[in-house]
Amino acid sequence: MTNTILRALLSYWWRSPLQLFTFLMGLALATGLWSGVQAINSEARTSYDAAAATLGEGQFDQLVPRVGDQISQSVYIDLRRAGWLVSPILDVTFKGVRFVGIDPLTTPTQMSFSSDSGFSLEDTDLIFGNAEVASLLEGFVEVTIDKSIPPGIAIADIGVVQRLFKRSDLSRLMIIPEQPIRRPDLVEIAPDLVVQPSQQIADVAALTDSFHLNLTAFGFLSFAVGLFIVHSTIGLAFEQRRGMIRTLRSLGVPLSKLLALVIVEMGLLVLVGAILGIVMGYTIAAMLLPDVAATVEGLYGARVSGTLSLRLEWWLSGIGLAFLGAGMALAVRIWQIMQMPLLSAVQPRAWAIASAKRIRGIAILGMIFLGFSGLLALIGTGLGQAFALIGFLLIGSALVLPWLTIKLLDFAPGKGVVTSWFWADTRQQMPGLSLALIALLLAVSANIGVSTMVSSFRVTFVSFLDQRLAPELFVRVEEEKTASALEKYLLERELEVLPLLTVERPVVGQPAKLYGVRVGRTYRESWQFLGADPDVWDQVSKGEAVIVNEQLARRNNLWVSDEVDIAPGLNLPIAAVVGDYGNPQGQVVMGELLFRKLYPNAVATSFGIRTTDTVNLRKAIQADLKVPDSGIINQASIKSMSLEVFERTFAVTAALNILTLGVAGFAMLMSLLTLAGMRTPQLAPIWALGLTRTRLGVLELARALGLSLIVFICAVPLGLALAWALLNVVNVEAFGWQLPMFFFPADYAFLGGLAILATLIAAAWPAIQMVQKPPAALLKVFSNER
Amino acid sequence: MLLELKDITKSFSGVDGDVEVLRGVSLGLDAGETLALTGESGSGKSTILHISAGLEVPDGGSLHLEGVEINGLGEAERANLRRSEVGIVFQQFNLIPSLTVEANIGFQASLAGRRDKTFESELVEALGLKDQLKKYPELLSGGQQQRVAIARALAVRPKLLLADEPTGNLDESTASAVLTAMLDLVGRTGAALMVVTHSAALAEKMDRRVRLKGGVLL
Repeated sequence: MTNTILRALLSYWWRSPLQLFTFLMGLALATGLWSGVQAINSEARTSYDAAAATLGEGQFDQLVPRVGDQISQSVYIDLRRAGWLVSPILDVTFKGVRFVGIDPLTTPTQMSFSSDSGFSLEDTDLIFGNAEVASLLEGFVEVTIDKSIPPGIAIADIGVVQRLFKRSDLSRLMIIPEQPIRRPDLVEIAPDLVVQPSQQIADVAALTDSFHLNLTAFGFLSFAVGLFIVHSTIGLAFEQRRGMIRTLRSLGVPLSKLLALVIVEMGLLVLVGAILGIVMGYTIAAMLLPDVAATVEGLYGARVSGTLSLRLEWWLSGIGLAFLGAGMALAVRIWQIMQMPLLSAVQPRAWAIASAKRIRGIAILGMIFLGFSGLLALIGTGLGQAFALIGFLLIGSALVLPWLTIKLLDFAPGKGVVTSWFWADTRQQMPGLSLALIALLLAVSANIGVSTMVSSFRVTFVSFLDQRLAPELFVRVEEEKTASALEKYLLERELEVLPLLTVERPVVGQPAKLYGVRVGRTYRESWQFLGADPDVWDQVSKGEAVIVNEQLARRNNLWVSDEVDIAPGLNLPIAAVVGDYGNPQGQVVMGELLFRKLYPNAVATSFGIRTTDTVNLRKAIQADLKVPDSGIINQASIKSMSLEVFERTFAVTAALNILTLGVAGFAMLMSLLTLAGMRTPQLAPIWALGLTRTRLGVLELARALGLSLIVFICAVPLGLALAWALLNVVNVEAFGWQLPMFFFPADYAFLGGLAILATLIAAAWPAIQMVQKPPAALLKVFSNER
Repeated sequence: MLLELKDITKSFSGVDGDVEVLRGVSLGLDAGETLALTGESGSGKSTILHISAGLEVPDGGSLHLEGVEINGLGEAERANLRRSEVGIVFQQFNLIPSLTVEANIGFQASLAGRRDKTFESELVEALGLKDQLKKYPELLSGGQQQRVAIARALAVRPKLLLADEPTGNLDESTASAVLTAMLDLVGRTGAALMVVTHSAALAEKMDRRVRLKGGVLL
């Protein structure tokens, strides 16, 4: 009996390959987008974890120089002699690879390195790195491939790295956790070094969490939209098999057995769909990972492997989520079968006709959610609440949409009997179409919201580049002597020269960069502030105040007139807060004189130059000072490079946007096909009364067009609200930036066009089916329907 | 007695409250006997048929099939009885659209675990379905679909065959051909037949005829 029933159930799919395809595709898309994002996230996290485990970053306190990035070998020896248990590390970046030289004999046991190929650094001169690093360094040095090494890093004995780069110094000293009880104070032995506590080292995982949260949110959104397809397809499959289920039961199939086999049947299909989805997710992840790696590196400086490995946990999470999603849709149908009287007439539209009361009830719930969202916008704090705000906003709007659409349809224009029937019929179809419309609303509003955020960011970023890259030429020299000669040379020509003086130092307990600037016309005219005293530059120039970037200000709850520590024992007030995008680190800008006084060893080797004749000045500097061509960069090339980095940064978001819109179009197709199959009994009498099949088909297209227009009209304010929340709440919490919001009507119109096109394509199929429906099929309605 | 209905009552809820469809109907059917159940629309004919098949549960009275009280059985036991002892021919045929004619004919017998392909061939031959076996139901005419439904119901060799307006959707000559084949096969299998019909011609061909009016037998 089991085989017979299962064969009958599965025969439906065999005879409806299109529905089988859409069912599997719906599940695959939902699972694929979700697991793809998860794969990207887990790959990135694995990279950070590997980096932390291998390099000890974030785990151990370290000794770092107060100024610069070099520690002499003798200081290390002095410390060891004095009883300090420290382990030396030399970091050298070359060809985009970070060489980390460690001393295997003194490294803490928690991070002792031994390669997966069996070598240990103690007995080898080999350099270890992953395949990517090996290929980058091909021709320079031979790298032994080791998969366990984090991306972008080459590890070797410190002696090997020193020989390779002809260095004799160290970069930092790792403090072993177990120290002798008595040891002299650091200031006595190495006054130029400071202890950097482990938690102060840029915690890459924490910094990047917000980025991954963004991706996860996208993954969930895509999964939710994909589930609409699964819901529609399962609904369609059950509606079309309602008659079969009744027949099976009347022929003696027990209800419990039937339900068990329906669950088995669906389970098999969900498994196939989920596996397809995971394969699809792997492909999506493999395609997007290089962009994500670029984004994370661009935003946070963290390295992520550009290659993907297949992990058991996201196979399982993908399959689990597919079963959960399909299970939710299936549970409703199982309940309906259980409640379906054995002898009920086959009324396929019965499920779709929800009462107006129910739609109103759902809308009230939606309005409550929107209220929560508004409340969170006013009083919420923290990233979690920022995402809750967005969640309530999207879900609330989705729940209100069907009711709002019906209300808007009340204002639909037109006279005449056909038009009246058309709008009345459209209103009646709303319950059946509402899920697809919600999917479209979410996809379009997410597109509007995210593209507004990205485009606003772009406008701000371009203006930021104009401020920061005001000098027409940038010259970098290698030696201090050349630097002073260059400055003298330029000043003699009466050019405005802007030396770039910088040191790294913790500010308010966090890693930051301190800049010394020569206050002049350029800074006074170009820089725009988020908040400032009226005489900012005068105060800065006199060394009475500093300027801090937005990240540092917001993270530490500081603003204009608050004080920051910029040197041991010296606190100065903040005269202005400046927007600084694409950089996670805190920055403090002070006057040149004060900077040189505080950090006399710091030397400017880079200069910005204001000139109207870049070509001739470039030639002159090269000829007179023998500065190589590679040391001179003009402003235009930096700008275009920065913009390129920016575009790459948001390539992932753009790709996910397009995918989400595609999935929503697919959801619409499924809903329209579901309804088309059930609507023959409604359309047949209209056809019999004199409307041609072509006209009915055209009316179906017009309906889809009208509904997608309504959805688009609702999606614009929702998308803008989403953009506001992203720019003013999420960005501040996640990245430390608050961005001005700009509007892009042409982009929205284009997006609306795309959404309407997607709907029309989805509606075309059932409309063509209607036009081509043989009269006999329509006549059957009158002979067979009870 | 194969089937025995005693004092069966049944009501359905309607817009203006409960509607009493059957008011104490008692009816018996012997093995091999044929019976026509006639009456006006809404008189309760189909309800008696559905109750006899165990598809509907009466509000009152008793129902025995081969001496077994059906009312006392659970859903699964009634389903078991239906698939092995009862063949039903629905007015709308109720074929499984995604299975071929051949698979439809053998379907109930497969469910009951007693498929007999030789007997199915005889049914196919007798009902003139030989050329339709590989087709799907949607490609058949109404008469052909009705014959497939009859073949399916008989292929399980039921003790009781119930038919609801089996010729209601057919033209006169097709109806006559289908009826002749059905009666012939019922005779060969020894099944009892209860037919619900409006057709006087069909009723005439049964061993016995009973008429329902207002929920009671006349």
